[in-house]
Amino acid sequence: MVMLKINNLKASVDGKEILKGINLEVKPGEVHAIMGPNGSGKSTLASVLAGNENFEVTEGEVSFFNKDLLVMAPEDRARAGLFLSFQYPIEIPGVSMVNFMKAAVNEKRKYNGQEPISAQDFLKMLRDKKKVVEMDDRLTSRSVNEGFSGGEKKKNEIFQMAMLEPKLSILDETDSGLDIDALRIVANGVNKLKTANTSTIVITHYQRLLDYIVPDVVHILYNGRIVKTGGKDLALELEEKGYDWIKEEVNV
Amino acid sequence: MSEIDSNTMKYKLINMYQQNKAAIEEGLPDVVNRVRENAIRDFDRQGIPEKGSEAYKYTDLMRAFGKTYGYSFKAPKTDVDPETIFQCAVPDLDTYTILLENGWFYNKSGEQLNLPKGIIVRSFRDAATEFPELFEKHYNKYLESHKESIASFNTAFAQDGLFLHIPDGVVLEKPIQIINLLRGGNPLLVNQRNLIVVGKNSQAKVIVCDHTLSQQNFFANTVTEVFIDESAVFDYYSIQNQHNQSSQISSIFVNQMKNSNSLLNTLTLHGGFVRNNIHVKLAGEHAEANVYGLSLVDGKQHVDNFTFVDHAVANCNSNELYKNVLDDEATAAFNGRILVREDAQKTQAFQSNKNICLTQEAKMYTKPQLEIYADDVKCSHGATIGQIDEEALFYLKSRGIGGHEARMMLMHAFAYEVLSHIRVPVLMERYGDLVEKRLRGEFSKCEGCFVHCN
Repeated sequence: MVMLKINNLKASVDGKEILKGINLEVKPGEVHAIMGPNGSGKSTLASVLAGNENFEVTEGEVSFFNKDLLVMAPEDRARAGLFLSFQYPIEIPGVSMVNFMKAAVNEKRKYNGQEPISAQDFLKMLRDKKKVVEMDDRLTSRSVNEGFSGGEKKKNEIFQMAMLEPKLSILDETDSGLDIDALRIVANGVNKLKTANTSTIVITHYQRLLDYIVPDVVHILYNGRIVKTGGKDLALELEEKGYDWIKEEVNV
Repeated sequence: MSEIDSNTMKYKLINMYQQNKAAIEEGLPDVVNRVRENAIRDFDRQGIPEKGSEAYKYTDLMRAFGKTYGYSFKAPKTDVDPETIFQCAVPDLDTYTILLENGWFYNKSGEQLNLPKGIIVRSFRDAATEFPELFEKHYNKYLESHKESIASFNTAFAQDGLFLHIPDGVVLEKPIQIINLLRGGNPLLVNQRNLIVVGKNSQAKVIVCDHTLSQQNFFANTVTEVFIDESAVFDYYSIQNQHNQSSQISSIFVNQMKNSNSLLNTLTLHGGFVRNNIHVKLAGEHAEANVYGLSLVDGKQHVDNFTFVDHAVANCNSNELYKNVLDDEATAAFNGRILVREDAQKTQAFQSNKNICLTQEAKMYTKPQLEIYADDVKCSHGATIGQIDEEALFYLKSRGIGGHEARMMLMHAFAYEVLSHIRVPVLMERYGDLVEKRLRGEFSKCEGCFVHCN
């Protein structure tokens, strides 16, 4: 069974083609890493999968649990179990974390034909999930990401992931700007949430995060295409040699 | 479309004044009556300001003045107890409640208030006789220099309204809630006049709710003068929720003495035509004024907030934040005038106006107006008109919160910045509920009120 199947996906922004034909299959339980130099299209791929309308899909198909993902509204993709951890989480002053999460959890429940969560269950859930990323109580009583440090914002992304229990999580450079302690906490959080039925796509520029979130498959994205796929050793090789050899190999 | 032109309307009103002078003056002392002639002359000279004039650049007053109204020179004969037909139940909010009907103080409401000793709540007309010294000192003193012809119109016709006096040193913990009701079987023009005197080192909070209880065209022209003496703290929260065929011009003139602190917050929910004139004069050093406003408008509503903060002396602070959310074909205007006079050194004056237009047809006009004649001051102003933040919207969607709900959350968040300055915690929550309900279009009246005032 395949959870996510991407076939010849092309996407552009402002008429400029960024993704030039991506092919990728993710099965339940798998961890895929997508690595690549800056500007190769990593974040674009994450945005397109989440449904960001700033990017125009020009060709290709994406199916998620055999449904056509590309025709689904972003909110329906989320409700169906797709989660994007943002590289730059948005601050929303005036929307409290608690209301935000309650709305999100209930939207998902509604989509699955469930009743809204009771206040008691919700509070218990909040408490339990905060522990996953060692999240400060103080943070959940504030507005969404408002005044959070870089590390707090990334923790908050994983906290939201814990609350929503997605089937497929896409972590877009979750490691960027994180000190090693925060990185460990965030990575441990992701690992704790991992089950045999959930999958993860880790997008990263550096190998370090992959020491903690160990991938089954590593892809190298360059110039809008996946140019190399391998095991976790590929990440180590990249760390050692940098991206130049990939560029040379591809350009030849 | 106006039924008549502004000049004709002006003469009609002046004529009405001359014909009914005896009735207007009856029962009121000289201190109120002797300023009428000057006021009506001023109204005659300036007329009803034309759209496009400096202070009414985007607002056509004939939307209010151009209709046919009746006028009553006597207190309404209340056949039923207004308290039984109207309960503005602000949940969990414990207040002293005062009712006014069609601009007239509803006597019964003053009796059983159990106000702390020394605090005076009266009808304007009774107080004018009962407290001549306070009236001599304060009545019609704070709008003289402003030359606002609509306020002069009010001064000429003023018969009743609210009088509130907080004596020196008294701290009133519970807010006073003033409910202005408009009701009746015919269209009605109302001139309500309020005077509030806040004594030295005292503290009080006032919540003003404006409502309509019947479908008629109403036009309320209200003038409120507020004197805040040294070291006093005064909050004035105004909730405007009249039906969308009604018109309202609400002018407040605040005069602040040394070390005093004021907070004025205007929340406009419903009302077809609303013009708020907020004048604050910082007349004593180290005084601080906080002027906030939020309007949530749709349909063909028009709301114009005109503010004027006058830094007359040195070392004063003012903070101003106005926000508008406009839907459908609604229009709104903000004019923020700040005057820093020559000797007002070390002034700190900040102003911000932020607006969201939800449709192509909604229109927002904003005009900051800073006049600075001192050289050692900190002043800033900013104005934005935009749409809902698309990035934030996508963030919410990516968590499964769908389009409509997400937009609602963001609008609520936008409004929240104004609410966060409310200094009565329970009221802040109540405002949050009101705002949310208004944004969802779920209500057109206050909760607890079963009269459908549209």
